[in-house]
Amino acid sequence: MTADVRRPATPMEQQIREHRSLVQRALALGGGWKFILGVVGLGTLIALAAGGFLVVGGYLDGRWYDIRDLGIPTSHLVYWMQAQGLSPAVPYLTTALLGGLGILSLVGGWLVIGSWVERRVIAKFQIRQGPNRVGLFGLLQPVADAVKLMQKEILIPLGADRLLFFLPPILIFLPAMLGWAPVPWAPRMSYVDMNVGVVYVIAISSLGVLAVFLAGWSSNNHYALLGAMRTVAMMVSYEIPISLSLLSVVLLTGSLQLSQIVAWQQQYHVWLIVVLPLAAFTFLFASTAEINRTPNDIGEAESEIVAGFHTEYSGMKAGLFLAVELGNAILVGAMMSTFFLGGYTLFGLELWIPGYLILATKIGAVYFVFVWLRATLPRFRLDQLMGFAWKFLIPLAIIQLLVIAVESMVIAQSGLPGIVTVGGSIAVNLVLTFVGVRAWASGIGYVSEAAASTPLLTNTVGGLRAAERIRVVS
Amino acid sequence: MPAGERQLDGHRVAARLGAALPGVVTHVTDEWVEVEPERVQDALRWLRDSEEFDAAQLSDLTSVDRHTHFEVVYHLQSLDLNHQVVVKALVADHDQPSLPSAYPVYKGALLQEREVYDLMGIRFADHPDLRRLLLWEGYPGHPLRKDFLGIGGGQTSGLQRFPNEDPSSRDRQLNRDNLTSQEMPREAGGHTASGGH
Amino acid sequence: MTTANEPYVLNIGPQHPSTHGVFRLRVVMDGEVIRDVDMIVGYLHRSMEKLAEERTYTQNIPFTDRADYLAAMSNNLGLCLAVERLAGVEVPERASYLRVIFAELQRIASHAMANGTMVSDAGAWQTPLLYMFREREKILDLFEMTCGARLTTNYMRIGGVSFDPPPEFWPALRELVDEMPARIDEYYSLVQDNEIFLARTQNVGVISAADAINGSLVGPALRGSGVPWDLRKAEPYCVYDRMDFEVPVGRRGDVFDRFMVRMEEVRQSTRILQQAIAQIPDGPHKTEIPLALRPAPGEVYGRVEGPRGELGFYLVSDGTPAPYRFHVRAPSLINLSLLKEMAVGASLPDAVVALGSLDIVVGDIDR
Repeated sequence: MTADVRRPATPMEQQIREHRSLVQRALALGGGWKFILGVVGLGTLIALAAGGFLVVGGYLDGRWYDIRDLGIPTSHLVYWMQAQGLSPAVPYLTTALLGGLGILSLVGGWLVIGSWVERRVIAKFQIRQGPNRVGLFGLLQPVADAVKLMQKEILIPLGADRLLFFLPPILIFLPAMLGWAPVPWAPRMSYVDMNVGVVYVIAISSLGVLAVFLAGWSSNNHYALLGAMRTVAMMVSYEIPISLSLLSVVLLTGSLQLSQIVAWQQQYHVWLIVVLPLAAFTFLFASTAEINRTPNDIGEAESEIVAGFHTEYSGMKAGLFLAVELGNAILVGAMMSTFFLGGYTLFGLELWIPGYLILATKIGAVYFVFVWLRATLPRFRLDQLMGFAWKFLIPLAIIQLLVIAVESMVIAQSGLPGIVTVGGSIAVNLVLTFVGVRAWASGIGYVSEAAASTPLLTNTVGGLRAAERIRVVS
Repeated sequence: MPAGERQLDGHRVAARLGAALPGVVTHVTDEWVEVEPERVQDALRWLRDSEEFDAAQLSDLTSVDRHTHFEVVYHLQSLDLNHQVVVKALVADHDQPSLPSAYPVYKGALLQEREVYDLMGIRFADHPDLRRLLLWEGYPGHPLRKDFLGIGGGQTSGLQRFPNEDPSSRDRQLNRDNLTSQEMPREAGGHTASGGH
Repeated sequence: MTTANEPYVLNIGPQHPSTHGVFRLRVVMDGEVIRDVDMIVGYLHRSMEKLAEERTYTQNIPFTDRADYLAAMSNNLGLCLAVERLAGVEVPERASYLRVIFAELQRIASHAMANGTMVSDAGAWQTPLLYMFREREKILDLFEMTCGARLTTNYMRIGGVSFDPPPEFWPALRELVDEMPARIDEYYSLVQDNEIFLARTQNVGVISAADAINGSLVGPALRGSGVPWDLRKAEPYCVYDRMDFEVPVGRRGDVFDRFMVRMEEVRQSTRILQQAIAQIPDGPHKTEIPLALRPAPGEVYGRVEGPRGELGFYLVSDGTPAPYRFHVRAPSLINLSLLKEMAVGASLPDAVVALGSLDIVVGDIDR
């Protein structure tokens, strides 16, 4: 429909049409596009030249102002404190506080930006605008939402167990924050670079289910209970594929330490998603189940059980659940990036660009995949989801594990160059992924649903007899 | 007459129906057949199963209040033969109207009969689940009757009472097993809609 | 070891994301499996049938808008056709064509809504819904252009239609009709290869053809079960006998078939629109009728094929300007007759999708 055949614009539409965007305002300031582009380009060139001079000339390496790795300024600070003769507790506590503040502000900042990103991106998928009124490009919308949520009354349903009802929003926040501890942001920059990092990650990620079940149980609501039961059943099932896929990673890299896993990928110049495509897919899919996101959001399936386990929560308590859902999404993004997408490395560029920025970009990319899934896919049914885990993901992950065990022995002990052994593993695993998945699927009797029935077209009318006639003809 | 193109002549239907089930037809016009109210099920079943009429679908069931009696109107549809048969049953008792249900013949009568019962007050015997459909349990009167001019007994229309407030209603009994022990004493002492926090 | 399962009652509605209105299902559940269903309606009851007995036939037309608020045009048309047959009013040819055009536009809009919300019930986060709303929006713009209202149009009149569409209506309609086939292909691509959607809808909520007929199912629910029954073909009203279109029927009678039948009907409606635009003659759009129309005593059962199926109006006249009895055969209500058969034994997600595939409108159920 062209504009000229429409009705004349209403005053509201005229107002919207006259509303100038930021770019238009900038252009109106004078000079126009060329001037602005020139200024920006010149500034970028100067900044790049200065940065390159500092990095290439070695002026930055290891100095306290080398912010490519925030571990360096921190360790300088610790040395300085020790040199001052302070008690050992002071530098220890200071770094702990700094790291905690860093993670908190990162997660908090992401909760603000992330929900805005999600809503805007989904809006673009759905041919609409999304929030664009509060603040610049609607960026302050999450803040406005949070303020609104805090003002709301907190309701406690009749018959709810008050203490248990009070606890879950807090309990569910803990694993979402604790999970960040072992993530390496740069070579020397992780909160706790523990040598059992993978075990820690698995242990922490299964804590959340406790809070979910508490919430569902204490609400005295059937929707909540149903959602909690679904979530518990799903999380118990999907812990296993997650653990198995991480086990393949551990077998191949030979370390439970997250920084070592990243270092392995750096050493062989290959991301683990290429070496272990099946494990990567298993991890990603099982994670969507673990954090309750589409297509596996059956724990809070809106069209069936309203909001699942947090149906009865209102105000900022509900807000906390939603925030944790978002925080979990970026935590999984960080795990996915670390385990399968090379972590803070980017094929040598990490020497130039701060590693934490690279990791943040990768987290954003994984998050975008989650948003994409949410905007695209319908939801599984509970039995389909369980069947997929037990009949498909777990056996395949075990088979992959056996293959990886052999491969890792070859890589570690054959003495051949890495390009041969790792390259061979990639080839074998790719074949396993594409052939094995198909073979297994046909082996367990899976038939693709894609042979969808299309309606028959007829020119006659009639009842049962006509229906049979049509069915026979076609 | 404004009969539909595909509506069968009542006389033709009456002739065959009367031959098959003697005495079932009480009155006949060009448009419809009136049948004996007690035998309406038989008549409908015969019309459904007969080769000639093949009234496979009950397309509409409704009723009309004629002040002295009620008419229940069945619009039967043959999909294969593409024609319509109109059957009426007269319910003579205006105070305690009752009629056999069409549900054993047509499953589609389930909700339509509930609606007629709700709004017109005609009881359908053998109906598996005869409850009010649109109005709530305990609503006084049946509003589509011509003599329904208002609600008596000091009550006004509108949402004065809810199903849950009537302890004898079926809703309440179904819900009773579902309440927690904490709620039960509260209700015995009179449950208020806005109670709680 | 044996475990005892205790059934519990779950109230779906009156306010629930998937009941599409104030509609309540009391479900007795055993774990995830439904053991019994009881539907409770009437939250939107406005006693239309009683009110209508106090108003003239023309005054009753706006009520029909509010009955099935997603298909106001079809409802207008159903009442007008019934009254015209009762009173013997002739309709100009142009008005009949306009009625066909608006009824088919309304069918596309309503099916877009039905299919979109059904995919949302299956868990897709509103994306297909909003894609289908894109065309619905244009159709509502066309309605607004013609009669000033988008939802409750009150457009049809006894003896014709209220306004002739303005000149800018026709290019806009042609543009919509031209782009529609490509849009339908886009919807198909959204769902047809989507393995999750297929797994959720195929072989779910199956109704056999015999059950569908016996249970008084109409419209896409009946056609999805394989019964080729469409009043536009069986009992052509307006000018449908001059249109060349086909009736889509499903193969299995499951949720997916009902979805696809609606999708295909949108395509057929587009065909009808193309022919109607090409054939529409000039002339008056309305015959004048007396303000207080007094049909001769008698009764009539007029019906049209609305988006939800057979929409009937049973009118009894006693010679006065107001109907003696005014009954609406509401397809949404009667399509729910087999709800128990569909839902009992199914799991909750299946029941929700099956309910969505019946395409109920609560205004139509409660009237």
